Amino acid sequence: MMKFRFRRQGADPHRDRIRHDLFAFSKTVEHGFPSQPSALAYDPVLRVMAIGTKAGAVKLYGAPGVELTGLHKETATVTQLHFLPGQGWLLSLLDDNTLHLWEVCQKDGCSHLEETRSFGLPGRPGCSPGITRVTVVLPTSSCAVACLGTEGGAVYFLALPSLVLLEDKTLFPDEVLQSVPDEYRCGKALGPVESIQEHPHDSSRLLIGYSRGLVVLWEQSTRVVQHLFLGSQQLESLAWEQSGKSIISSHSDGGYMVWAVSGAGQKTQQPIMSTIPYGPFPCKAISKILWRTCESGNPFIIFSGGMPRASYGDRHCVSVLQGQTLATLDFTSRVIDFFTVQSPEVAEGGFENPRALVVLVEEELVAIDLQTPGWPTIPAPYLAPLHSSAITCSCHVSNVPLKLWERIISAGEQQSPRLSSAAWPIDGGKNLAQEPTQRGLLLTGHEDGTVRFWDASGVSLKPLYKLGTASIFQTDCEHNDSLTQAGEEEWPPFRKVGCFDPYSDDPRLGVQKIALCKYTAKMVVAGTAGQVLVMELSDEKSEHAVSVATVDLLQDREGFTWKGHDRLAPRNGPLPFAPGFQPSVLVQCVPPAAVTAVTLHSEWNLVAFGTSHGFGLFDYYRRNPVLARYEGGTVVLGTPLERCLGVWVLSSIGACRCTLHPNDSLAMEGPLSRVKSLKKSLRQSFRRIRKSRVSGKKRLNASSPSSKVGTEGAGTATAASRARGAGADAASPRQVQEANAQLAEQAGPPEVEMTPVQRRIEPRSADDSLSGVVRCLYFADTFLRDAAHHGPTMWAGTNSGSVFAYALEVPSQEKFSERAVEAVLGKEIQLMHRAPVVAIAVLDGRGNPLPEPYEVSRDLAKAPDMQGSHSMLISSEEQFKVFTLPKVSAKTKFKLTAHEGCRVRKVALVSLASTGSEERLENCLACLTNLGDIHIFTVPSLRPQVHYGCIRKEDISGIASCVFTKHGQGFYLISPSEFERFSLSARNVTEPLCRLEVARLQDTSCLSNSSMATPKLPQANGTHVPRSPEGQHSPTNSDRSPEEHPAAFSPSSIDSPNSSMENPLDTTGDITVEEVKDFLASSGEVERNLRNASEDEARPTGILIK
Amino acid sequence: MVGEVQVMNSSLLVLYNLSYEFGAEFRRFSLDRYQPGKFEDFYKLILHIHHIANLEVMIGYADVHGDLLPINNDDNFLKAVSSANLLLRVFIQRQDEVDYSNFGTNTLSRKKKALVTLRNDNLRRRPHINISMPHDFRPVSSIIDVDILPETHRRVRLYRHGCEKPLGFYIRDGTSVRVTPHGLEKVPGIFISRMVPGGLAESTGLLAVNDEVLEVNGIEVAGKTLDQVTDMMIANSHNLIITVKPANQRNNIIRSSRMSGSSGQSTDSTASHHSLPTSHVLQNFHPDEMESDEEADIVIEGGLEPQHIPKLHSLTSSSLSRINGSSLSHRLQRDLALNNNSGRESNGNIHKLLSSLKTDPRHSLVIPRGGIEEDGTVITL
Repeated sequence: MMKFRFRRQGADPHRDRIRHDLFAFSKTVEHGFPSQPSALAYDPVLRVMAIGTKAGAVKLYGAPGVELTGLHKETATVTQLHFLPGQGWLLSLLDDNTLHLWEVCQKDGCSHLEETRSFGLPGRPGCSPGITRVTVVLPTSSCAVACLGTEGGAVYFLALPSLVLLEDKTLFPDEVLQSVPDEYRCGKALGPVESIQEHPHDSSRLLIGYSRGLVVLWEQSTRVVQHLFLGSQQLESLAWEQSGKSIISSHSDGGYMVWAVSGAGQKTQQPIMSTIPYGPFPCKAISKILWRTCESGNPFIIFSGGMPRASYGDRHCVSVLQGQTLATLDFTSRVIDFFTVQSPEVAEGGFENPRALVVLVEEELVAIDLQTPGWPTIPAPYLAPLHSSAITCSCHVSNVPLKLWERIISAGEQQSPRLSSAAWPIDGGKNLAQEPTQRGLLLTGHEDGTVRFWDASGVSLKPLYKLGTASIFQTDCEHNDSLTQAGEEEWPPFRKVGCFDPYSDDPRLGVQKIALCKYTAKMVVAGTAGQVLVMELSDEKSEHAVSVATVDLLQDREGFTWKGHDRLAPRNGPLPFAPGFQPSVLVQCVPPAAVTAVTLHSEWNLVAFGTSHGFGLFDYYRRNPVLARYEGGTVVLGTPLERCLGVWVLSSIGACRCTLHPNDSLAMEGPLSRVKSLKKSLRQSFRRIRKSRVSGKKRLNASSPSSKVGTEGAGTATAASRARGAGADAASPRQVQEANAQLAEQAGPPEVEMTPVQRRIEPRSADDSLSGVVRCLYFADTFLRDAAHHGPTMWAGTNSGSVFAYALEVPSQEKFSERAVEAVLGKEIQLMHRAPVVAIAVLDGRGNPLPEPYEVSRDLAKAPDMQGSHSMLISSEEQFKVFTLPKVSAKTKFKLTAHEGCRVRKVALVSLASTGSEERLENCLACLTNLGDIHIFTVPSLRPQVHYGCIRKEDISGIASCVFTKHGQGFYLISPSEFERFSLSARNVTEPLCRLEVARLQDTSCLSNSSMATPKLPQANGTHVPRSPEGQHSPTNSDRSPEEHPAAFSPSSIDSPNSSMENPLDTTGDITVEEVKDFLASSGEVERNLRNASEDEARPTGILIK
Repeated sequence: MVGEVQVMNSSLLVLYNLSYEFGAEFRRFSLDRYQPGKFEDFYKLILHIHHIANLEVMIGYADVHGDLLPINNDDNFLKAVSSANLLLRVFIQRQDEVDYSNFGTNTLSRKKKALVTLRNDNLRRRPHINISMPHDFRPVSSIIDVDILPETHRRVRLYRHGCEKPLGFYIRDGTSVRVTPHGLEKVPGIFISRMVPGGLAESTGLLAVNDEVLEVNGIEVAGKTLDQVTDMMIANSHNLIITVKPANQRNNIIRSSRMSGSSGQSTDSTASHHSLPTSHVLQNFHPDEMESDEEADIVIEGGLEPQHIPKLHSLTSSSLSRINGSSLSHRLQRDLALNNNSGRESNGNIHKLLSSLKTDPRHSLVIPRGGIEEDGTVITL
């Protein structure tokens, strides 16, 4: 009757030791494409590329698996990145006008990226601070000096790597103007320095271009102007021809000019060639131009921009011109920068022969093979634009059998045949990470109805296969991409490149839930309009009609009228399907509300699905709905197939269970679509804001120091109020988090609502809206009827804390065609606290979760203990409870919300391997809460083990997108385009380990080891900052040396630099009403914090960087 | 089992009485409303009337709120009689079948009641005594732990005794001033912002607007966000214990008279019985040990094997007699659980049932003798 559990806290050193070996939290690697990239650089010697982002992150990429990440202490946009070729040094310029030197350091055989020095150009007395704003950075090829061009027109020289200003070398515009003829001078300033280019063969000669149009060839050593090019058109960029005999300049009118370079003391008035490629109508500026010589023929002229302003001013283009051949590469997002890949050393008189053109646009990275005719694209092994259509759900399948793996890869290859034979050109560095021990498949469902298959086994997330479901339905816009079939005569010759296409034809196509059986290659994809597609992998292409079965989830419930969207109309007749997953049956839920849960049992040929109105069970072998309702015995309803419009249509009544509460009116208004439309409108407005903010080019923040002031008020206020909660030991990681939060809040609403936020305290009532939403479905072979006989069962949990358990009569394999599956309602459990049921699992006699179908028969899992005493773990949003089976009585429970004030968002049973002993494998319950913390509990005793902060609680799309893997890793979206991978296991960690061989000219080995004044950020690879677990459960990380993971002891945490860059609602479709409430609450918090800060004005603003 | 006693002016009238054997017997006798005599006598009388003198029975009655309360001493006997409005409904159960959890309000959910009995070993092992058994009393919202809390603080237990009243209050963020070694310091805090008229919080008068919330069920709220505190309160809403620092410090309890003071604000004097032992409990309160089955989940067995599971949907008098070996109170509970398809809490149901039993002299007076048996079964369902 009364339970007494006396538990001494931390009194068991043995258990503590085990905990250590089992649990360790670390954010290991970011998959996908960095959000909001802002700068690009390439090192031709090391063959690595660097991408800088608006959040201040710097990421280096080489060969697949070679990834280094760094994060600036300041949350400022990286505006420029420049490698010191071959040195392993990287200069970054931030929009706060500071320069930072990054160094590739070797530690324990692995390379890391660390910031070593920074430099700010001192202002000139009596001048506006804008005058010393750096516009151009050029490290000279000797790597001893960096030239800085400024807004004021002066060029400064900086010794490398010490970042010491060489004051006597500074070149002021006055000195240049002395050699400029009076008539050109005419009293006007030269304007900002737009470009500095080093002579390809003589490093002492610099080509300096000023905004007004003047280009000067400057001899550094003698301080003499060697050649003046008196251009009159506003200059955008400059490039040398490789021989050094001519230069090319691009201009703001959309034209470019070629100038001949000759001996000393010359003045050239006219270029040898001047053209406006997309003229004659007014064109936009050509922001960057490159000239690459080619052995095989005409040189390449590659430039970005220059499009006719009126007709194509909104296109984002890079043009590649070789002789008469012109390709206008048309991107769907803004071009950030581009470079060509060629051998680093070109002999005098030789040719550059660029192998590839790499273009970074705002949403993806595209490489063009310049050596294959037709210039096809080279598929990138990393930096996949996950968000080419917004991610609506994701699902992870671990231990994928080799057979299925190969079939998926082959389907993917047939889908997108490689046009280019070229290998990925950026292949520097060496991947030291071990070959992944097992194949992990990450599936992402997208807004446009596609499911993408990713190889998530290792550090780089590779696309494998893309499954489209839109072709099965009639949509407004038919799917024959009209853009790709550009007319032959069209001018300019646009060529659509890249795959980022965020615009969905029909939001109803959005994928909500995915289930895949890895042994039978059966898959279920369920979407926004109540469509449930049962698919099967086929290696052959096929043409067949898809059977359609309609399941009325409302049955005979009266008084409900669906006010949401219509169902998607399936296309009639046989449809062609490429090799890959091909649909066999379409089960259409009526009303067509979004599918909220789906599960598949391939051994029993059953698929269960649920919406906000109820759930249904479908036998896809017989293509029959299975009645799942106790009403006068067991009857299987399912009218015979009837031929209708060339489509097999099944209709049924009562083949499901309605979970709708009689008072639930909201459910009929298409609540999920309402949330979606809210999401959509939010997204649109955020896009607008973003657009207006990125309109500028280089000098986005011409008045940088003051440009932030407007938002700083909000940022400081929140930072201040949050800092209250932080201890005094909150160090720099917190600062990054704050900065991130601040960045995110820049997009927030500017108005400050002063009404205090109130929360009503009332218990949940049965007639809360959306109580009928089916939250989880589960199949298990267990004891439902009595303790002697086990059998197939199906479980469903709803939003109002109800659990329905059905006993299934599944005929044996041979009799599938003869006998139908039958279902009888066995039990109905109403959790008293009425919180939504998030997950259900059955544990066997030994407390292990039941294996997946076929896992035992294929010898991939131990057979479960079927000797009885099964138990059932029900996880609601508020508590975890273990019940006995078949008599349902509570065994243990843990009331998370009552104790911690947090609610369960995601749970998973994970098995964690110990670092201590090989055999120790513990099954645990991992839980992500609405506060972004991850808690781990033992199973079935439900004792809390450790908890870690993982995601910022304001980042609701991050929390909503989280998926756990079977072996204690996980993924969540830190931006619409990036998954952060994390690990809860001390043993199973997937993190980048790589080495870049650096041969420095000046041996200043590892600057960071010298006693630098710069305090180092405790980070391993930027966002990979293992947080030390909070609370008394934290295991001290004694197995790893502090050198290895310096941040493991950091008392506080940082989040990914990108986590807050996007508006938080932009990505995942799996957003519940609760989460929107959270979002509203968190924005409310901002208001509150503002209010608090205004109450307490004495708080210094400096607390922001506390 | 169920009987009705009518109180008319100064005499008590027993109209009829259903014995534990489900037969109906009617007895009338008079008692002085204001001096009904001793419980012992009444008990003997009942046993005598029904010819069950050899049985140990528990007598209960339905009070004006519709709650099932026991009659087992002179005090509650007097209270039962004097508070009865014309008709007093009496329940008789065999002592060995008495499910004490049936008494009180949240009848189904209160198997383990106050933290007191849960934790205090001495108290737990002590055999049930007839006087002042905690479970004989209806738990009410009260002030608890007066002896261990600073005088400026107040610990309040809000008990929704099966009523439809909402808890009825709102909380907000705010700042409070604390005295620290460094002087006065402003710290963020959670405050009660609003009362819902007619809600439990308002009607008990235990909480007031601008009271600062310090703890929820023994867990400090410092450092927690408004949303976290909201979730904690909702998750504990079936038995919410809030420690507050009242905005109005003038009504503070004065130590010397704390025993009487503790009930000063509460609606029932039983609070004083709770306050002392509970205080010790909450002192060492560990959330993990707050294991109570107060929120037993309802399990409804499906019709998998009808031969094992009695068909309780359609209980008729014949089926009642078939299984009359089992206690009616048990069946009553089970039936309620089974009738719970609508998702209503069963304690709500029993409460409804009890209130439907509310005295209606006209009704009971016109009941034909022969129809009573059927009426009885209808009532139990």
